[in-house]
Amino acid sequence: MGGSSPCASCKLLRRRCAKDCIFAPYFPPDDPHKFAIVHKVFGASNVSKMLQELPVQQRADAVGSLVYEANARMRDPVYGCVGAISYLQNQVSQLQMQLAVAQAEILCIQMQQQEPATLPTQLDVPDEKSLLLSTSTFNNLQPYLSFASSSTVMQDPLKRESLWT
Amino acid sequence: MNSKRCAGCKYLRRRCPSNCILSPHFPPNDPQRFACVHKIYGASNVAKMLQQVPVQQRAEAANAMYYEAYCRIKDPVYGCVGTIALLQQQIFDAECQLAKIQAEIAVLNGHHEATHQNQQVNVATSSANFTLESGGEGTFSSTYDPSICQFY
Repeated sequence: MGGSSPCASCKLLRRRCAKDCIFAPYFPPDDPHKFAIVHKVFGASNVSKMLQELPVQQRADAVGSLVYEANARMRDPVYGCVGAISYLQNQVSQLQMQLAVAQAEILCIQMQQQEPATLPTQLDVPDEKSLLLSTSTFNNLQPYLSFASSSTVMQDPLKRESLWT
Repeated sequence: MNSKRCAGCKYLRRRCPSNCILSPHFPPNDPQRFACVHKIYGASNVAKMLQQVPVQQRAEAANAMYYEAYCRIKDPVYGCVGTIALLQQQIFDAECQLAKIQAEIAVLNGHHEATHQNQQVNVATSSANFTLESGGEGTFSSTYDPSICQFY
């Protein structure tokens, strides 16, 4: 038997904590909530199966991500982690737009500064000149304006229905 | 026996009652969808989680569970948390880049005004708000929930 106390999982499941208990390294007895939440969302046997299919050195990370997902699902029973992903993708899109605009602004400034300071004092043709400037600026902007998200993340975060296709 | 069993009841080889909670969200023509969620959550947990959610939100909840289960099968170590980490990194990189560019703009504007003080140059500023809530240090926006960021 031995004097060591059972891990949080065996305590919750009310069973003997074996020496080679798969949960013991990751669910210490001083943090019962951690296992409770994972068990509630995934179930002990599913967690055990998932851990068994992983190399030992990756199990700690797997437990960490399972705990995170379980917490997210408790916090948001409808969307869970998907809510966070959607929010973050929205932020990424907004930042990419801001970047594109900022790059365009820099190009504008640089082009204005490259122009010799020879504003006509008698002739007044600012509109045509600024039109030409904006055309060439637009051509330089094409690479910055085509910001596609990485293929590894979800597309169209705001259109939730497209996630499920 | 109901010949049109949902994917869940088909998988579990049981009768599919008319009020089956799984049936609206796991149609028989998509068995892989239920197989995914069952592998990760288990049928009873899926049913329990759906029961805890209002009826009008169950479709979204089932979709979210399917997505998370799918991610977990693809990446058994990190699941969809890997996607979150990737997005957080993208945000960090984009904020750093934006801060650098805004600093460049400030320098260019300052230089330009210093050398052409007699000319009124109006740099076209877009309607987008360039103010970084983070102060350009690469930290996240203050409106983001920090408890979501920390998972280790």
